[in-house]
Amino acid sequence: MSATTTVLAGTTAAVLVVMAMALARAILGPTVYDRILAVNMFGTKTVLIIALVGFLAGRPDFLDIALLYALINFIGTIAVLKFLRYGDLGRASDEEGEV
Amino acid sequence: MALAVDIVSWVLLASGAAFLFIAGIGLLRLPDVFTRMHAAGIGDTLGASLIAGGLMVQSGFTLVTVKLLFILLFLFFTSPTATHALAKAALAGRVKPLLAPVPDREEKKSKS
Repeated sequence: MSATTTVLAGTTAAVLVVMAMALARAILGPTVYDRILAVNMFGTKTVLIIALVGFLAGRPDFLDIALLYALINFIGTIAVLKFLRYGDLGRASDEEGEV
Repeated sequence: MALAVDIVSWVLLASGAAFLFIAGIGLLRLPDVFTRMHAAGIGDTLGASLIAGGLMVQSGFTLVTVKLLFILLFLFFTSPTATHALAKAALAGRVKPLLAPVPDREEKKSKS
């Protein structure tokens, strides 16, 4: 086990711990915005952990999946926020500007 | 030379993990939505950028580096954007910041 592998494994462990923290906040969170924030952070960590595990396993092709997760995470967050504010995903945001 | 590159990559990865951990603690411990947003938005962006940078240093000049660069750029722009949208949505949803202007805060105190 080389030193680089150790550092990668340590970083992966740290990201896993932070994912657990974000999950705890998503469960505890008093308002719905806390939960959205925690889930958004969880999604970012998912991207990072896929990239790190890809490097650990010697298969950097995983990065394509990580890129896809990053895109879906952002769109998902914005979609949930828009749904919360307008109660409808199809409506254009007209009078009050964007979400 | 190879060792120097490795060490740079280790430092980037370790500091990225440290920043993410700090952001996680902030997300768990701070008192209200807006302060949590502050911890998560900033720590997340910097930590993710540092970890992606560390992986980029490790992979050298290949297609992998280009993909990592795209991930880094995308996270760098979308994470603050999502936080900003969340803050606007929370304000529109009548969530009061803990450190609101004085009259609001006193009203809150007398209520609780």
